Parts: sequence; C-alpha cells; structure tokens
Amino acid sequence: MDAKLSLQNVSKIFGSRPKKAVPYIKEGLSKEEILEKTGNTVGVYDASVDINEGELFVIMGLSGSGKSTLIRCLNMLNNPTYGSIYVDGEDIVQYKKDQLKDFRQNKIAMVFQHFGLFSHRTVLGNVEYGLEIRGVSQEERQDIALKNLEVVGLKGWEDKYPDELSGGMQQRVGLARALANDPDILLMDEPFSALDPLIRREMQLELLDIQERLQKTIIFITHDVNEAFKIGDRVAVMKDGRIVQTGSPEEILEEPADDYISEFIKDIDRSKILQAENIMTRPNALVSLKDGLNVAIKEMETNGISSVFVVDRKRSLQGIVTIDDAIKGRQNGQSLEDILIRDVEQVQLVDYVQDIIPKAAETKYPLAVVDEENRLEGIILRVHVLTSLS
Amino acid sequence: MLSTIWEKLNVFPDVSIPLGTPVEKFVNFLEVNFEIVFDIIFNITSTTIVAFDDFLNWLPWTVFILIIVLIGTFFQSFKSGLLYGFFMFLVGSFGLWEEMMITIAVILTAVIISIFIGIPIGIMMAMNKAFSVIMRPILDAMQTMPSFVYLIPVIFFFPLGNVPAVFATIIYAVPPVIRLTELGIRNVDREVTESAESFGSSRVQMLTKVQLPQAVPTIMAGVNQTTMMALAMAVIASMVGAGGLGEQVLIAINRIDIALGFEAGISIVFLAIIIDRVTAGIGNRFQRSEEG
Ligand SMILES: Nc1ncnc2c1ncn2[C@@H]1O[C@H](COP(=O)(O)OP(=O)(O)O)[C@@H](O)[C@H]1O
Ligand SMILES: [Mg+2]
Repeated sequence: MDAKLSLQNVSKIFGSRPKKAVPYIKEGLSKEEILEKTGNTVGVYDASVDINEGELFVIMGLSGSGKSTLIRCLNMLNNPTYGSIYVDGEDIVQYKKDQLKDFRQNKIAMVFQHFGLFSHRTVLGNVEYGLEIRGVSQEERQDIALKNLEVVGLKGWEDKYPDELSGGMQQRVGLARALANDPDILLMDEPFSALDPLIRREMQLELLDIQERLQKTIIFITHDVNEAFKIGDRVAVMKDGRIVQTGSPEEILEEPADDYISEFIKDIDRSKILQAENIMTRPNALVSLKDGLNVAIKEMETNGISSVFVVDRKRSLQGIVTIDDAIKGRQNGQSLEDILIRDVEQVQLVDYVQDIIPKAAETKYPLAVVDEENRLEGIILRVHVLTSLS
Repeated sequence: MLSTIWEKLNVFPDVSIPLGTPVEKFVNFLEVNFEIVFDIIFNITSTTIVAFDDFLNWLPWTVFILIIVLIGTFFQSFKSGLLYGFFMFLVGSFGLWEEMMITIAVILTAVIISIFIGIPIGIMMAMNKAFSVIMRPILDAMQTMPSFVYLIPVIFFFPLGNVPAVFATIIYAVPPVIRLTELGIRNVDREVTESAESFGSSRVQMLTKVQLPQAVPTIMAGVNQTTMMALAMAVIASMVGAGGLGEQVLIAINRIDIALGFEAGISIVFLAIIIDRVTAGIGNRFQRSEEG
C-alpha cells in the first residue's frame, strides 16, 4: 500500500540565505555554530518518513529538536526549504494558493498546544469555524458541530465561551473543531502538554478511543516518551532537526538506535508500554475439550508442565486442567469437563503489563492471553512479567 | 581688525530661499484642481455636523439628560449615571446648553470620520510591514506637532467654521485609533491566527472573522483616546471658527471674563469625564463579551 503521507528529504532552514547553511550541516556542525556562521537556524534537516493511512504516528524529541517545525510543514504553515511532502501522491509543497486552501479546508486539520481557540466565539462558533469558511450552510454546520462536540464529550457546553472552560475542556473544543472538518489527517502539536497529568491521561485514552472509531491518520507530537510510547503505533525520534530513529515503541525499546535514544528511554516505565502480546509466549501444548483426559495427561507429561489450557474447536478458551486433578480424575473415572477449572485469569492482547502484574501475582496458573473473540493467543508466566520489566 | 571680521560674520547674505513659494503653489494647485473634491468633503462634513446638531437641539433637554443617566447606568452604575445627568444639568444652568450641543456635534463628526479613516489605515499597517514603517514616523509627527499647526492647512481648503475645525481635530486625534488598530491586530495570539490559517481561511476571512473581532477591545481603547484628544482640540479648533464651548472659552479669554471662562471650561471637563467613562465602559463590555 502506498503511504498516506510521504516526507522526502524535508528540510526547513530559517533565515535569509538557507543555502549557506547546507554545507555546514553536512559537515556536522551544531545548530549554534551554524547560526553563528551563517545567521540561519536549522529547524529540520533531511527528514524522510512514510506515514500510513489510519496510523497514529508520534514524533518525539526534546524541546527545540524541530518537532513543531516539521509538523507545521505538513499543512504548509512552514514552507519547507527543501524536499517534498506527498499526500495521497500529490506534492503539497508545489501547491498553488488555491490548491493549498482547498487542501487545508478538506484534508488536514490541526490541534494546537495552547488550543488556539477563538476567544470571541462560543464553543459552537469555534467548532463551526472550519465549516463556516468553506461555506457550509448554517444549519448543516451547526448539526455537524454539535455531533462533534458530543464525540469529545462536550454536549451541553456549546454556548459557553472558551475562557469559561477548563484546560482539558478547551482542548476538547480544539479537537472537536479539527474533527468537524472531517479531515483525513489530524496534526496534533503537543496537544496535551499544557494539561495536568490526570487530565492528560484521560485525554490520551479518549484520543485512542476516538482513533479506534474514526480511523484518521494522526500525527502526534510530544516531548514525553511515556506518552509517545503509550499512544503511538509508530514513533519517530528527533534530535537537532533530524529524525534519528523510526519504529514501533517495542522496536525502539528493544533496539535503540543510539545512546541519545537509550538515554531518552532510560527512565521510561516499560510496564506502561509493553502489552500482553509483547511478553506472552505461544503455549507449547493445548488440549481440546473433546480430546479427553488421557490426551491432556500425555500432553502435560511430554512437555513437562503441570497444567494445560483447554480450548474448544474454535480455540476459544474453556479453562485449565492441572496434572494432579487429571490423574485423580482418571482414577475416579471423571471426564475432562468434570475437572476443568473454568475460572482462570485471562488478559487481553492489548492489556498493559502494569495491569497484568496484579493478576500474575494472584494466580497459581499461567495467565491466558485472549483476543476479542476469547480465542487463546498465548500464555504469560509470572517470570515473563518480571523479565519484561528489566 | 577682529571687530570688523566679527561684524562681517554678522551680516546675513542677501540670498532668499523661497521654500514657502512652492508650498503656496502646491496648495493653490490643489485648490484649483480639486475644488470639487473639497466642495464635496465640505458639504458632507457640514451636513453631518448640522444633522447631529439639529438632532441634539431637537431633543428636549430633559430627554437628553435622561439618556445620559441611562447610558451612565448601563456602562457604569446608577450613581455615575445620576452624577453625569447632574453635570449636564449644570451646563444647562450656565446657559451653555446650545454651545455644548455644537461641541458634541463637531466632536462626534470628527470621531466618526477618524474611525472610518483610522481603522483601514491601521489594518493596512498591520498587514504590510513597509507601509507600517513609513506611517510610524508620520504618526509620531502628527502627535508631537503642536496642535495649532493643524489649523494652518485646513483653512486653505475650507472656509472658516466648523468644517476646518473638524479636519484639524481629525489630524490631531486620528493617530491613536490607527496605532491601536494596528497593535490590536498584530497582538492577536499567533496560535489563534495560525489555527485560522490551518483551516484554509482566506485573507479576508482571517481579517473579518478572527483578527478584527479579536482586536476589538484594543481598537475601542484607541477610539476612547481619539475621542478624548478630539475634545482636547475643542478650544483650539474654535480659532478657525468652530462654535460651541471652545468658542466661549476663547471669548472669555479675550474679554478676561473669568466667570464665563470657568463655566465654559468646566463644561468641557464634564463632557470629557462622561465621554471617557462611557467609551471606556463600551470597551470593557466588549472585552467581557469577546472573551466570555
Ligand atoms: N519562525 C522561526 N524562525 C527562526 N527559528 C525558528 C522558528 N521556528 C522555530 N525555530 C527554531 O527551530 C528550532 C526547532 O524549533 P521547534 O520546531 O519549535 O522545536 P520543538 O517543537 O521540537 O520544540 C529551534 O531552534 C527554534 O528556535
Ligand atoms: Mg514545539
């Protein structure tokens, strides 16, 4: 599949004569040295990345690393000095004024760090703005705006002014305003950084929720590793205007490209990043309900394990049997179903390790990892949980 | 020897650089060639002043005072409203009611024209850096120049009376509304204009839907200052024939009539207080409803 958005060698150099800076960048001089020598500031240099449709792509980096500069190129608030940005195969850098207006009105919307709300308009007026300038009729835009306010949980607040709302609610307005345009691509420049931690966590979850439903392509910026790894399908790490690594959170955790990234992810809480599917193992043995007791005992003996999960024909989890119960059951002439322990701890593929820890501590048996249809996908032993955190 | 040199140094050479002549020629040129334009401007302005004055005189003084009380109550408090009403009553008791109405008519006209001229210029300055750079020293000069100076050009173009007074007043009073319009637009939060831009606003939409509404409180502060400066011109403007309270002050000065001077003077102060509080009150009100 072609990428929704493809950045090719994008550079943004601020200053009057950006060409002069290029050779120095290639020599590897620092931003400060280049500024001193040429009077130009390197915002972004040679950024290339493909972002797929429906992906939540996070750009992470320290303050001043060029994240905002890069994301602002994607809707041409910054005009890149070099490079191309393809959206659905069209290079937006080459767009004429009208094409750009069209692109901004229909395909892309942005959520700002400090919300960027219009203080002279009501919440409803804010959310309607994008539709209004496109010439959508009063009734229709009010309809759409109200729907989107409901999506972000602000039903009933439409007649308030932004400054009557808390920070978290203001950013919901910002999000609703962006969503109201029904853009393919949503740009979010540190949207939750101005919010306090509790609200931030809530908003992150809601964003994931909204993303699940609407399947937008989202480019999300943050300087917070935990946030990046929590919500990102893939993460690009920026340093001094360059993208130094791109990959899924697990990939970056497993194999940081350099010391800078290692340092970055050093104090990350892995239990909040890693999910069940990252630490589970495939079960060596599985028993089907109709297999019967003897098969179960044999499976456990050959694999040297003391319990085994039981599934039905569709691999949907039924329970677990232990070797002791099974042997006793065979002596008493019981069937597999009679001795099945149905009440087993199970976790979802996407559950975070931090939520798995208490369950792992309680249960005597391995944890069963199931998908949405309750099909057994893997097992987690207590030792897996512990090793995953180091 | 030395003294003869000294004397020679003291003799002014017999040259004349007639800087005044080209200016005079230019003014004559304008007068001759743009007579129609000045006639039109004169007629519009004069009609406006007369209309305001007629209306104000048509209002019974009781109704006028009632309106003042209501305005004061609306923008400030009932107490202030009453006080303002009392001020107006005092002016009437000085026998200066009609003069006050002329002054109000002249100032209203000057302020309205100032707003019509000032806001577009302020907008252009905010949009165009070069224009702003050119305009700034001109505005500085307009504000630092002694206000008498403005009487000179206007009397070339208009017959003595209220109209040249209005234009002298405009030249003196228009800079604040220009400056604060520019400032108000420039000071709109960058994220706010960028968010408007990111939705694909055209330049006109950006201006009318975002920048101007955001700048309203600042622009209102400019209108307030412009109004106060217009009032400050009242006495000086009467030197080119404006009637009203200013004229009474002038007469009092000529006759050394302390009583009249005081009454006319304090009447201007009363007007100043009321206009200042009311326009500031309008500004605050905008601020509130603009920002929530
Ligand atoms: N408009 C601008 N003019 C000049 N330099 C800029 C401009 N915008 C950003 N920069 C510089 O570009 C670099 C990257 O900034 P930015 O993209 O805002 O970083 P981040 O968003 O990662 O904190 C910084 O050194 C910043 O000073
Ligand atoms: Mg930033």
